[in-house]
Amino acid sequence: MTVDPQPVEPDPAGPRVGADEWVARQMHRREQLPGWLGEAQRLVGRVGWWPRLAIAALVAAALPALGLGGFQLQVGINALLLALLALGLNVTVGWAGLLDLGYVAFFGFGAYGFALLSSGQLGAAGIHLPAYLSLPIVMVGAAILGLLVGLPSRRLIGDYLAIVTLFFGEAFLEFTTNVAPGTLGGANGIVGIDPIQAFGHQLTSNAGYFYLLLVLLVVTMAALKLLDSSRTGRAWRAVREDPLAAAAMTIPVNRVKLMAFAFGAVIAALAGTVFAAQQISVFPPDFNTAYLILIYAGLILGGAGSISGAVLGGLVVVITLDGFLRSPTEAGYIFYGLILVALLVKLRPWLKLGIVLAVTIGLGFAAHAIAGAISPSAIAGGPQSGGWIASAVRDWVIVPASPKTAGNIGFVVLVCLLIAVVQARGRWRTVLLVPAIYLAACVWEARLAAEPSITRQILIGVILIVMMNSRPQGLLGSRRVEVVT
Amino acid sequence: MDFFVQELVNGVTTGALYALVALGFSMVYGVLKLLNFAHGDLYMVGAFVGYFVIQWFGGPSALTIPVPLLLVIMFVLAAGLGGGLGVAIERFAYRPLRDAPRIAPLITAIGISFFLENAALLLFGGQTRVYNTPDFISLSSGISIGPVTIDDVQIMVIVLGAALMVGLQLLVNRTRLGRQMRAVAGDREAAEMLGISVNFTIAATFFLGSALAGVAGVMAGLMFNQVTNVIGFLVGLKAFTAAVVGGIGSIPGAMLGGLLIGVAESFITGYLSSTYTNLVVFGILIAVMLLRPSGLLGRAQLQKV
Repeated sequence: MTVDPQPVEPDPAGPRVGADEWVARQMHRREQLPGWLGEAQRLVGRVGWWPRLAIAALVAAALPALGLGGFQLQVGINALLLALLALGLNVTVGWAGLLDLGYVAFFGFGAYGFALLSSGQLGAAGIHLPAYLSLPIVMVGAAILGLLVGLPSRRLIGDYLAIVTLFFGEAFLEFTTNVAPGTLGGANGIVGIDPIQAFGHQLTSNAGYFYLLLVLLVVTMAALKLLDSSRTGRAWRAVREDPLAAAAMTIPVNRVKLMAFAFGAVIAALAGTVFAAQQISVFPPDFNTAYLILIYAGLILGGAGSISGAVLGGLVVVITLDGFLRSPTEAGYIFYGLILVALLVKLRPWLKLGIVLAVTIGLGFAAHAIAGAISPSAIAGGPQSGGWIASAVRDWVIVPASPKTAGNIGFVVLVCLLIAVVQARGRWRTVLLVPAIYLAACVWEARLAAEPSITRQILIGVILIVMMNSRPQGLLGSRRVEVVT
Repeated sequence: MDFFVQELVNGVTTGALYALVALGFSMVYGVLKLLNFAHGDLYMVGAFVGYFVIQWFGGPSALTIPVPLLLVIMFVLAAGLGGGLGVAIERFAYRPLRDAPRIAPLITAIGISFFLENAALLLFGGQTRVYNTPDFISLSSGISIGPVTIDDVQIMVIVLGAALMVGLQLLVNRTRLGRQMRAVAGDREAAEMLGISVNFTIAATFFLGSALAGVAGVMAGLMFNQVTNVIGFLVGLKAFTAAVVGGIGSIPGAMLGGLLIGVAESFITGYLSSTYTNLVVFGILIAVMLLRPSGLLGRAQLQKV
């Protein structure tokens, strides 16, 4: 759901219909930031959605021109791809409220469909369709598949639908891995896929795919924005909130659900075609549950139900997490930056923030000195980060000579400590926060920074757990007001 | 015919394993109406606990304690740690979401499953750990009836599995805790008004279910001999299928479903090809979900308005 730009004027007579109207108004007031931040928020809110979209698109389009290198451009492509996928998932999960755990299979369907239609895989010479033929074919196919997979949603609700779709996704993986290895390539996948081509032009450079994805993303966002405020969009949300009431309001519930599935599937398949063309190859593991969870992490982080939330969540998740894969130093920037930002946002007043930071820094130097005095080997290992972070934290964190075992133990203790921080109330929370931050830094330097790909996966899981427990509406979504019955 | 019986025995053994995991799923679903996606990963944790117990007592070929004692320690520790982890997960991740929209705990469960899987990867590494069961339990001894052999591990799995299931059935139907569990499953608010501690009952359910998953993990380690950080996912899905086929929320249903899935899998592998095993099992699930969503032994739920 998007934030209503015009704040509701409070009714001097007080709430009329019951408690929920009052709750809604309180929520609305709380969503507004205080002071000049609130002014800025209202100012941005006054600009219409399409100028905002256009400005964002122009900024994004300028990025490759500013000299993004090969790695950054690939991260950009991954991020746009995930944003597009999160948008599609938003239709099914965010708007229609149907938990689709087989979503990644539609992405795979698009990729495999494009791969079969534009490579030497089928027949002796292969089929090499131009993009203006293959894309519509794949998308229509995906829509039909989406309708078929959505059919159970007519009878099954909630968890049961989640199971069936999850198994559909798994079955897709098994299918592409095991069935018809001659055509689908089995575990070896399909290689040598044509680039996207039309009218004699070919899209071969990464910059080209970046722009293509950007255009697709902006067009999809605009289309979904219009759809959101249309009859269909309202019907989706009505079905999500209460299917029975929606049916009573003459909304064709089943047809609306199927439409949501088909829309999500088409967007996913579109992303899949671009993915296949850009990668030049597709393999079954590209479409596994881990990727599905990444899409969910993006959507949940941004806020299910909001277009800009889904896109921003997708972008942020990929850019942050792919940053880990670049180098331990860049991962270090992201890690310490995230901690600082979290503290800045969560700790008020400033005095408390200052005390926590000062005590954490002091504790670190003291602990380092004590550990070094007891046994020199306890601080013999150097931090994993490089650059100025390494020199800054060298005498602060404790990294033993054999960091693996100590790091593992530290990791388990850290998880327990973080849970304790969450559970503690009032002053104890602040007290526990200090050792938790320090231990996190130690474990990071000893173990996590050395295993960037595992850390990345762990963080995806943490995003889902933390967001669902602390801010289920996501970073950008507005809190849904529950009507008390 | 011999081949048939041998495959049946193998299927029943695997089925007992699936049934144990499925029981936990079903129990948790019964009290919380939550699909605990992290359940399969508790099974993985149990398998790792068993592995480390073997290593702790000198490794598979040079055990320092008698084998029965080792097995007891493995099962008890795996059950305890699995159960404890399950309770912790419930306490910290699911309890705050008990009244949230249904989609929120489901997504949290996926996150926990992913977290556990990768935390295990970080802690234990990605290499396959091997129990080396034949080093301390002879697989050639056991019961042979004609050409059909049931080795000691299979006997143990079947007997222990059956004992645990009977015990659980008794616990749920005959004891005070079981009555509380059934009451909470039936109507949480009404149970609370009748003075039942809902939090404790749900925690106890999680402990029991997760402990069964831990035990199943050790059994799997002994039987299949291989432990990695990703074994939980597929077994979780199969147990899931078992619970759904039998009728989710029903304990005899979970047992029946587990046996059916195990036997079906064994026959498909034996008579067709192992390539299609998973595909057929998933097909069974989707078919059951579409034709009889309440499962074989489950009761169709009326939707209350």
